[in-house]
Amino acid sequence: MTTLTVPAPTRRSAPFARAARMEWIKLRSLRSTAWALLLTVAGMIAVGVVTMANTKAPSADRAAQFDPTNNVLAGVALGQLVVGVLGVLVVTGEYSCGSIRSTLAAIPDRRTLLAAKAAVYGTVTLVVGEAVALVTFFAGRAALAEGVPRPGIGDPGVLRAVLLAGAYLSLVGLLGIGIGALLRHTASAIAVLVGVTFVLPAVIGGLSGPTVAKFFPTMIAGNSLAVAKPVADMLAPWTGFAVLCLYVAATLGAGARLPAHRDA
Amino acid sequence: MIQVQGLTKRYGPNTAVDALSFDVTPGAVTGFLGPNGSGKSTTMRMIMGLDRPDAGQALIGGRPYGELRQPLREVGALLEARTFHPGRSARAHLSALAAAGDIHPARVAEVLATVGLSDVAGRRAGTYSLGMAQRLGIAAALLGDPGVLLFDEPVNGLDPEGVRWIRDLMRSLAAEGRTVLLSSHLISEMALTADHLVVIGQGRLLADTSVRELTARGRSLEEAFFTLTEGASVHRGTAHHAGHDAAPERNAR
Repeated sequence: MTTLTVPAPTRRSAPFARAARMEWIKLRSLRSTAWALLLTVAGMIAVGVVTMANTKAPSADRAAQFDPTNNVLAGVALGQLVVGVLGVLVVTGEYSCGSIRSTLAAIPDRRTLLAAKAAVYGTVTLVVGEAVALVTFFAGRAALAEGVPRPGIGDPGVLRAVLLAGAYLSLVGLLGIGIGALLRHTASAIAVLVGVTFVLPAVIGGLSGPTVAKFFPTMIAGNSLAVAKPVADMLAPWTGFAVLCLYVAATLGAGARLPAHRDA
Repeated sequence: MIQVQGLTKRYGPNTAVDALSFDVTPGAVTGFLGPNGSGKSTTMRMIMGLDRPDAGQALIGGRPYGELRQPLREVGALLEARTFHPGRSARAHLSALAAAGDIHPARVAEVLATVGLSDVAGRRAGTYSLGMAQRLGIAAALLGDPGVLLFDEPVNGLDPEGVRWIRDLMRSLAAEGRTVLLSSHLISEMALTADHLVVIGQGRLLADTSVRELTARGRSLEEAFFTLTEGASVHRGTAHHAGHDAAPERNAR
């Protein structure tokens, strides 16, 4: 009745490759994945177009700092929330519905599993993030009113701003996975994610200005990454990017270390 | 072959599994019996590497679960009814597991047919009844055609036809030479299905014997079970406990 009539593949693949294939099937077999990414894409393009349509030509004394590329990427603030929450759910969703037990039965090594989740989700969000950033840039540029200087993708710093904004989405997605692995609980993990991206930088920025606030992800995204012209008192583009990568590495590293010692 | 050696698990002051040792041999259905809260599920979770024992070890073919190279091809388990995402179809759930286990994708359709879910395989599994969820869990356990199988209360939620189907499935898996560990609190069902019995109470081994031996002295299996577990049940009498297990108030047998 249960005899294996299908020949087993002769080549054995490494646990990481098997785990990554599993995570890829799991990610695309949930409708919520497609809906969330669609929301990210539509939301970012819409915010970018509306922001650009309302962007006015700068006065003569402001012309030097005028950076419409930063305006067009304003939707990153929205997109990061969706991508980050989906990243949290990639991990915590498994614990809340019990599927983690069949997942761990297949891939007992929890670090391999977390690495596979991060690799698959990070790649998907990187592709989506870069695509949506580029599309948003061109759609938003087309929405600029007559007489407003149009940024070109070849202008200094513009392509960097667009690509780093796209990569930022992926980094927040990975942050979500790391926080999810640390906390394993959807509500608390989302609370931490929103706290780090929205609440804390606003509060701290209001109290002490950019000194500390500039190190928070959303501030880095808006003032360091998505800028063609560097902003005073903020981290430089690549510095900001490096700091974010450090956050992601630290969170994922901690997430990989902890669960090995906990019951599933 | 499953070897449980001095397995111990504590939750705070409560000892859920207490220096438990037994072997489960191939070619037979080994029933795993015990009152509610006696540590059956915890033991099975430790065999599967989901919980870390505080002492002792559980080995499958001589190795702990975490060290199996192709776990799904060596061990299949149904631990709880719902170990899938409700938004995913049965087919997608099994396909993901097949990918993780290097199992040919065509095997997914085979096990879906075996458990009778072929017609609903594309439906979101969250819409399944408990009985269908059990069948999906059994399909996942059979996916890698493993030599060792663990089933924790597989007949929960099944109709009489389903109960009989499980019984036949267990018997045929054992007849094929596989190692089958089956937990249940339904003693009548166990009497019909199991060859061998491991009985535990309050996390301790009470009996490790054949069904025939246990019922030899003219007793029913039920009578034998109650004699064994007298004093080891946490839900009889007036004591109420919120935790996993009672503080041991063991009666001498």
